[in-house]
Amino acid sequence: MNLAAADNQSLADLSRVLILSAMAVYTCAFVAHIAEWVFGSRSRVARTAAALAPKKKSPYTRPTEKETEAAAGAGTTVLEKPEVVTRSALGGRPDLPDGTGGGAGGDEQGDVYGRVAIALTVLAFALHAAGVLTRAFSVTRAPWANMYEFSITFSMVIVGAYLVLLAAKKNVRWLGLVLVTTVLLDLGLANTVLYTESDQLPPALDSVWLWIHVSLAILCGGLFYLGAVGTMLYLFRDSYENKLEQGGKPGGFATSVLERLPSAASLDKFAYRINAAVFPFWTFTIIAGAIWAEDAWGRYWGWDAKEVWSFITWVAYAGYLHARATVGWKGRKAAMLAIVAFLCFLFNYYGVNLFVNSLHSYSGV
Amino acid sequence: MSDTTDSNGTSGSNGAGDTDGTAGTDGTSGTGSADVTARTGSSAATDSGSAEEATEAAAQSQLSTAPVEEAPSGPKLSLFGWLRWFWRQLTSMRVALLLLLLLSLASVPGSLIPQRNASPFRVAEFLQNNPKLGPVYDRLQLFDVYSSVWFSAIYLLLFVSLIGCIVPRTWQFVGQLRAKPPKAPSRLKRMPAYTTWRTEAEPAEVLGGARKLLRGSRFRVADGEGSVSAEKGYLRELGNLCFHLALIVMLVAFAVGQLWSVEGGKLVVKGGGFANTLTQYDDIKSGALYDYDDLDGFGFTLEEFHSSFEESGPERGTPRDFRADISYWEGADGPEKKASIEVNEPLTVGSSKVYLLGHGYAPVVTVKDGKGDVAFRGPVPFLPQDGDPNLTSQGVVKVTDYQDAKGKKEQLGFVGIFTPTYGIDEVRGPHSTFPGMKYPAIFLSAYRGNLGIDTGLPQSVYQLNQRGMEPFETEDGDILRQSLRPGETMDLPDGAGSLTFERVERWATFQISQKPASGWALGGALVAIGGLAASLFLQRRRVWVRAYAGGDGRTVVEMASLGRSESAKVPEELGTLAERLRAGAAPLPSAPERDADDGPDDTSDHDDSVGPSADDDGPRRS
Ligand code: HEM
Repeated sequence: MNLAAADNQSLADLSRVLILSAMAVYTCAFVAHIAEWVFGSRSRVARTAAALAPKKKSPYTRPTEKETEAAAGAGTTVLEKPEVVTRSALGGRPDLPDGTGGGAGGDEQGDVYGRVAIALTVLAFALHAAGVLTRAFSVTRAPWANMYEFSITFSMVIVGAYLVLLAAKKNVRWLGLVLVTTVLLDLGLANTVLYTESDQLPPALDSVWLWIHVSLAILCGGLFYLGAVGTMLYLFRDSYENKLEQGGKPGGFATSVLERLPSAASLDKFAYRINAAVFPFWTFTIIAGAIWAEDAWGRYWGWDAKEVWSFITWVAYAGYLHARATVGWKGRKAAMLAIVAFLCFLFNYYGVNLFVNSLHSYSGV
Repeated sequence: MSDTTDSNGTSGSNGAGDTDGTAGTDGTSGTGSADVTARTGSSAATDSGSAEEATEAAAQSQLSTAPVEEAPSGPKLSLFGWLRWFWRQLTSMRVALLLLLLLSLASVPGSLIPQRNASPFRVAEFLQNNPKLGPVYDRLQLFDVYSSVWFSAIYLLLFVSLIGCIVPRTWQFVGQLRAKPPKAPSRLKRMPAYTTWRTEAEPAEVLGGARKLLRGSRFRVADGEGSVSAEKGYLRELGNLCFHLALIVMLVAFAVGQLWSVEGGKLVVKGGGFANTLTQYDDIKSGALYDYDDLDGFGFTLEEFHSSFEESGPERGTPRDFRADISYWEGADGPEKKASIEVNEPLTVGSSKVYLLGHGYAPVVTVKDGKGDVAFRGPVPFLPQDGDPNLTSQGVVKVTDYQDAKGKKEQLGFVGIFTPTYGIDEVRGPHSTFPGMKYPAIFLSAYRGNLGIDTGLPQSVYQLNQRGMEPFETEDGDILRQSLRPGETMDLPDGAGSLTFERVERWATFQISQKPASGWALGGALVAIGGLAASLFLQRRRVWVRAYAGGDGRTVVEMASLGRSESAKVPEELGTLAERLRAGAAPLPSAPERDADDGPDDTSDHDDSVGPSADDDGPRRS
């Protein structure tokens, strides 16, 4: 018994060390990303500006490199895969070229730093995941009983999802800097304000539904976060494109940064896909919570603060999905809704856990 | 060149009503049928352009059942006109969206202001601390947000809107299931995904192959002139409809659950029993339509209560495990059965559920009167103080049937605290240092007089009404206070009697609740998730194949597809289909571009001669 306790304590200490090391490596990744963006600013390929500048004809008449490629490639050899030409649906802005390669924006040295940053992120993620795992072993349960544990798992999910998208060859390198910054903030908070010694679970939390409800909530939160970053950047990039379209001249800094992002349409699509895909899981998270509440407290829904804010978040995301199908709400307004929805999620996590008197106050601080 | 591009540009923004000029990635969604009306009225398009656009619009129409958007212009001034207008507004997507946003906004105050339903004490406290603001809040029903008039109004409107939206959509969907996929638009190249090649195979042969291929891939297929149309993914729409229907089911189930619910609490000391009738409850509340005669007939006895707490470490004292072992019976006197109830594991009897909510300690005391006779004997439950994890508990021993040494009838009250593990310090006085029973003690002061029980006013069993009571005093004139360990006795001055602390018993509180339609709520929720998944993960899409003899006598095959919302899957699927179709219609090496692009009825469209990409809105390869 005592031996086991000592064992657990050393595991918990190891977990802490692993998380702190992960933070150190994330910090290096952060520096590398900064270098990537700084070097990237040397390249000035203002392709968006070129595609949008003379407003009337250009987007429709000017063949981009890709078009020519597509035309030349169409059905040349028998064995080759059919070339499918895509275009956006009628209306709206023409497809603009996406910035690729993240902050490097085509600059070679920047690209090297970007790759270094990714490699460091992978390493940090490994340490991070090991930290979460050892924490789980040290408490011999799922590591989701207080805000420290939620936080370290939450950022692990974010980085994990990002790396999966990278591995699937999606164009997500632009996420890197924001992501690493957030993860550092999150882990910093977790290790200072929210830190709690590892321990067992109070009986009210001890249920299979813990696994289902809490793990899903963390997963949904991490993915919603990625969606929210996409939406934020969409809003910036969209203003930029609007300005160009109206013949305006955005500032040098805005141009330098925003040129390296994917087009507004791509960012919007990225955010929509994530949010839409997560929404059913978020719905299930709430339902699982209701089932658990029924078992633990004798009612499946009691308008407890946490429940209220989960509901608000849910309705806000449903509103976002609706808005995208509602004339006059598409685009920026829908994007604002998505941001509001994510803020509701965040408030539910930090606000309700720390400041509101709730049955769900398991912050451990 | 420029006229098609321009008309494309204008009609695009016209049709979608997309005035904010953002990239409508969802551009085709929800506005399919609106497109048709908007376009026919469009004078910007040239004649040939508008004909082509009509086929394009038709190609997109009915790809969803979303209601047609109407401008929010005022109605004609007849009563019927108003009603119709009002109904149209109420069931429009815009109003549904506004109601959704309102609903979330309206839920906020309930999470920040204490709610009567959940914490009546905190409401009372709030009212006391905010004598000005409190009554205003109360009038605005801010202490009962979720049953308030305004909150109900929002969700009832949403509910009506939901029904008003879903019924016509269902009919429309049934209609769409019967209809054929629309015929191929004249310029397939302008669809979101497009591919083409030339082959030696005859057009009829290619089309036959396409038909077979598409049927094999479970598309619904229709023949056109020189073309084949196909559609797939009706399940998406079905899923969306099921989702919204399930929301209705859930709402009804919530309402039923509220109106016919009952929930009561009971504290049972170990060895004590409970029978499920109205009079036995400590407190009970029910929905507006509940009839107490419908309480399930059962009862139980608390045989044993187990608890354990963290013994050491930083979270010393954190509860680990609670379990109540009971024996229960159904009906008036059914056979006894054993069961245990734990925090997350309620007992289900009939349609009732019995939950373990709380626990505590009940000191067993014996009080003797001035004559030496036993005036009271038994366990007295002490209630844990709010927020003390170590279960310092408060309580009162009330002795109603007492006479002093001279035979004068009076009443006694002993007020004080119980600590499962006794500790004392300057600041807090006697208090508990651990929730488990390591060193139990009680700390009591004694009063005599009139307990005020007969006044008819409701009185808490856990509090002493001091008005009619006066304390016993020690010889030095202090109030008589004493701490006792089990087995110890406190003597009242002047032979007024004594109180002996015999031992400690456990008690547990149970919540017994009946909530009908929970199964419906759960079923609705599961269907909602299924529908949602189908609605968000599946694509409704159309595929067209056209084959015709090109300028050089070779057959030109064109394929295009259109999804309800843009998804990478649609072009991918088109690619796969094209690849399979090519197996029977082998592509020839590249030829002059114009052959591949000018369709048979495309002759008026000379602008294409510049090249395939010239009038495209920036096509991409996928
Ligand atoms: C009250 C009236 C309502 C109306 C008129 C309505 C209408 C619609 C329509 C037409 C769609 C299909 C949109 C499309 O084809 O893209 C839709 C989708 C959806 N609705 Fe509703 N709905 C209502 C209520 C609700 C409610 C109360 C919720 C839940 C909070 C909800 C959640 C959704 C979701 C999640 C989708 C999927 C969006 C998508 O396909 O991207 N709806 N709704």
